[in-house]
Amino acid sequence: MNNIPHVLSFLIFIPLCVALVISLGTWDKDEAARNNLRYITLLTTVVLCVISVLFLWLPFDKGTTDYQFVENIEWLGGGINYHVGVDGISILFIVLTTALMPFAIWGSAAITDRVKHYMIAFLVLESMMIGVFSSLDLVLFYLFFEGSLIPMFLIIGIWGGKNRVYASYKFFLYTLLGSVLMLVAMMAMYIDAGTTSIPDLAQNHYFGTDMQTWLWIAFFASFAVKMPMWPVHTWLPDAHVQAPTAGSVILAGILLKMGGYGFLRFSLPMFPEASAEFAPIVYGLSIIAIIYTSLVALVQEDIKKLVAYSSVAHMGFVTLGIFTATKQGVEGAIFQMISHGIISGALFLCIGVLYDRMHTREISAYQGLVNRMPTFAIIFMIFTMANVGLPGTSGFVGEFLTLMGAFKANTWVATLATTSVVLSAAYALWLYRRVVFGTIIHDNLTNILDCNKREIAIFVPLIILTILFGVYPAPILDTISASVDGLLTNYQAALSTAQAPVLK
Amino acid sequence: MYTAILFLPLIGALIAGLGRNQLKPRQAEIITTSLLIITAILSWIAFFEVGFSGHTDRINLLTWVQSGDLDVSWAIRVDTLTVIMFVVVNTVSALVHLYSIGYMSHDPDRQRFFAYLSLFTFAMLMLVTSNNLMQLFFGWEGVGLASYLLIGFWYKKASATDAAIKAFVVNRVGDFGFALGIFAIFALLGTIEFDQIAARVGELEAMSLSFLWIEADALSIICILLFIGAMGKSAQFLLHTWLPDAMEGPTPVSALIHAATMVTAGVFLVARMNFLFESSETALVFITFIGAITAFFAASVGLVQNDIKRVIAYSTCSQLGYMFVALGVGAYSVAVFHLFTHAFFKALLFLGAGSVIHAVSNEQDMRYMGGLRKVIPKTYVMMMIGTLAITGLGIPLTHTGLAGFVSKDAIIEATYASSTSVSEMAFFMLVLGAFMTSFYSWRLIFLTFHGKPRASHEVMDHAHESPNVMLIPLYILGFGALFAGYLGYTYFVGGTNYAAYFDGFWNSALPAYADTPILAALKKVPTWVKISPFVMMLAGFLLAYYMYIMRPHLPAKIAEEQEGIYKFLLNKWYFDELYNFLFVKPAFWLGKFLWKRGDEKTIDGFGPNGFAKAVSRSADFMSKIQSGFLYHYAFAMLIGVALLATWFMTSS
Repeated sequence: MNNIPHVLSFLIFIPLCVALVISLGTWDKDEAARNNLRYITLLTTVVLCVISVLFLWLPFDKGTTDYQFVENIEWLGGGINYHVGVDGISILFIVLTTALMPFAIWGSAAITDRVKHYMIAFLVLESMMIGVFSSLDLVLFYLFFEGSLIPMFLIIGIWGGKNRVYASYKFFLYTLLGSVLMLVAMMAMYIDAGTTSIPDLAQNHYFGTDMQTWLWIAFFASFAVKMPMWPVHTWLPDAHVQAPTAGSVILAGILLKMGGYGFLRFSLPMFPEASAEFAPIVYGLSIIAIIYTSLVALVQEDIKKLVAYSSVAHMGFVTLGIFTATKQGVEGAIFQMISHGIISGALFLCIGVLYDRMHTREISAYQGLVNRMPTFAIIFMIFTMANVGLPGTSGFVGEFLTLMGAFKANTWVATLATTSVVLSAAYALWLYRRVVFGTIIHDNLTNILDCNKREIAIFVPLIILTILFGVYPAPILDTISASVDGLLTNYQAALSTAQAPVLK
Repeated sequence: MYTAILFLPLIGALIAGLGRNQLKPRQAEIITTSLLIITAILSWIAFFEVGFSGHTDRINLLTWVQSGDLDVSWAIRVDTLTVIMFVVVNTVSALVHLYSIGYMSHDPDRQRFFAYLSLFTFAMLMLVTSNNLMQLFFGWEGVGLASYLLIGFWYKKASATDAAIKAFVVNRVGDFGFALGIFAIFALLGTIEFDQIAARVGELEAMSLSFLWIEADALSIICILLFIGAMGKSAQFLLHTWLPDAMEGPTPVSALIHAATMVTAGVFLVARMNFLFESSETALVFITFIGAITAFFAASVGLVQNDIKRVIAYSTCSQLGYMFVALGVGAYSVAVFHLFTHAFFKALLFLGAGSVIHAVSNEQDMRYMGGLRKVIPKTYVMMMIGTLAITGLGIPLTHTGLAGFVSKDAIIEATYASSTSVSEMAFFMLVLGAFMTSFYSWRLIFLTFHGKPRASHEVMDHAHESPNVMLIPLYILGFGALFAGYLGYTYFVGGTNYAAYFDGFWNSALPAYADTPILAALKKVPTWVKISPFVMMLAGFLLAYYMYIMRPHLPAKIAEEQEGIYKFLLNKWYFDELYNFLFVKPAFWLGKFLWKRGDEKTIDGFGPNGFAKAVSRSADFMSKIQSGFLYHYAFAMLIGVALLATWFMTSS
């Protein structure tokens, strides 16, 4: 009972198989059929979540830096293998993915158009995302990394809002740019090292200093777009505004984290010297992201765009934390990603609640919701406060740890980044005040209904997780600790050997 | 027992909050209030156990954050400082809960109100029991949250929700400094636990820190950063602007949070971290300076305010300044003493003001009061006690007197006795402050209770004394305002013959009597110094009496003649306007600029939109792109993936 053999492969391929099965049926003929489809998909995602917690996270050995649940099968030849496995850094992203999917599906009740394709897209997306976080081979990683774009791209492009095609065009253009560079870099790595195995590349191969620089830049282009970092962030607000609620949940919750994960899996371990060299630039961009996008968030007129900008600011902490290369910084960054996955997912679901009722996200179309929707007001308040990093919520732990790490690295960086405690409070509470407080002035809001049972049932677990990890973050921190130690030890060792000749 | 003290209020908050639809308002009131009364009783037991039996404790509850050498636990630290705060917080909170049953009786949303009150109490207790800076920060922000929720309790009022945001955001400016202080300590020592920091202060003293462009001794930088946090929470000069606006909240909230407890958190922080501040003269001078300016500035604004609650709010701000001066000159126990006595008389004044407001149909403007003495005699007596306590009535040259007389005069004496570069200036500001305190306090009494009624007949006909549930808390606080100073003197200020009592009481929560020379020195100040606050109190009283009882038309005339000064004071030295101009407007402008010019015009303009234009040089392409190449893009991505796979296979 303790172990399922090939558990990672199960997680990766079950959603694909279910998607395949679904694609064979016809589900769009009436509401009952559509509902069956919704329940089948929901059930699948819930089962995957249970599997990933019970058979992946629980049996995971937290004491070692080794990859676990490894499967390594020859695949394309030339040393390119189907090689998957998890360590402390990747495992939680898989759990986060499987944990958020049920919420996304559950929150999709308002989708009635082409439900079949919608569910297929999400299931394929889930496969790809789990694949990204478990790949231990460059080619496999690239396949999943790119593969995850396609369903998301279609989700925005087909089920999105009025300007969905422009948004998907932007999304496409940015990510294409990044991917092409990463693709070239991967080819170069293969030529240089003769292997595509990620553990081998990280531990046993040394890229020359110049080569590191180029490779770092190429990977950075891809991951920076993904995070997204300033100034390649402008696709995100558009994508979010146009995406359906569930698309936003997954986009903010998981897809953005692939960038941060990439930095941890590739940039730091494989190109340590370049990482150290470029760290100041990353700090600069992160700080600009934090301050700039917080200010921009302050003046947004669309609720979703505001939250999207706030996401960019939060991801600024992640990039900052990772490149401080301190224990607190990196752990804070990982924690921040997990926590942001929960919180931003919940915030987008909150916005979805409003959108489903009023079909607008204009801030000015709302006011005084608390009068009609007291339960919603409480839920939204909790996640607003989590978003501004109130201690006791998970938002605090990641931010605080990151900043602690940053202070060790550079006091300017830490000080400028810490201004976010003021700015985030300003934009988040200003939003809340305009939407929730006050009296109802719009006639069409006088009959708006409070959250129903289904919606409350979606939010309750998210609230519990937000507070649980805020008060007791150990389940996360303990899981990542050993791997982060290993990562940093190797990183420092690589840096000191690189410097050794200079010292002579 | 300590765990019970900590968590009973949380339990109350959860029951009232989560069960707000199931419980009737009355049930929520009874549950939260009884739990708080139990907590208050336990707090007094703890107070005697720790203060007079020398018991101290550290209880580890749960690991919180563990990352590398950072190891932080949820813990309860029990020492004399903690139990003093227990008594202050829980006594006032229990009384405010009780009082609110009467005061809020017409409000339909009482479950929520009582849940917030209890939640606040819990956060405040987490703050005072913490054994490390991170838990303290949790409580610190937690009380900020509760304050935000309670100021904005009447969410339909735009002014209330604005004030709530202002309170939270301005507090966060302070927290910004506080957080950086915590980071600095951690970066240098690798720990943020109090006992460990205290043990390693010596190391810190030897360190220097380059913070931003400043290269200075680490301790001073850390202390000043921490103090910035205290300035925010305790509404000190420059970060004070939120406190007067916070009066938009219900009056019991003002009494509990914005007078007796939360705003004293800054004082508590410095007292708790005394071992750090003690070693940094720069920081202590800075604290004295800010405290003195606040004491003076806030009192000056209080002179001319017309809203009864705002007068008391500025008074609070000013009194907090006194406490900080005491901390700045190293008289920590005296600062805590004033914190202790102030909690009683200031809560009394606020709840008394609430009783007045309740009586005159929610009018808060003193220009429409007057002559209420006979209508609400019990409230009048209680307000008199509060006023006598704050202005400092007592027998000069002894320590027999009302609460404020004993503790405030001790601060003024300590300031004179100290010998830093700002001592003299601080001394004069505090003495002048004492004069103004007396004036505005008596002005409040005279305008409200004396003279002819200026309210409409309708209001006066309805005016009535508050019910017992509101009066009983006043009596209890009145008792404290009368005797807290007299009874506490020995333990808080000590004396040559009482050093053993002092040390026995504090039990190393603060430096020993012998290590705090300022305490002995304050006894030896010249007689004129000792009686100067008393003289100022009399002078303030007489002037107020002259202006508001004997010549009631005089104030208006002076205001007219000295319009410049009057306007300057009435508009609170124009701080709101200044901040609006310096920070709020530019932030919004900059946000708009970065959005429209930065994101849309520059980044998108040269990025995706520019790309589309460059490829086609026509708008036609743009519209094509936007109208349905969806599957083409998806296909292009797939091609990329396929190409890669092919390449790898062929190249191997």
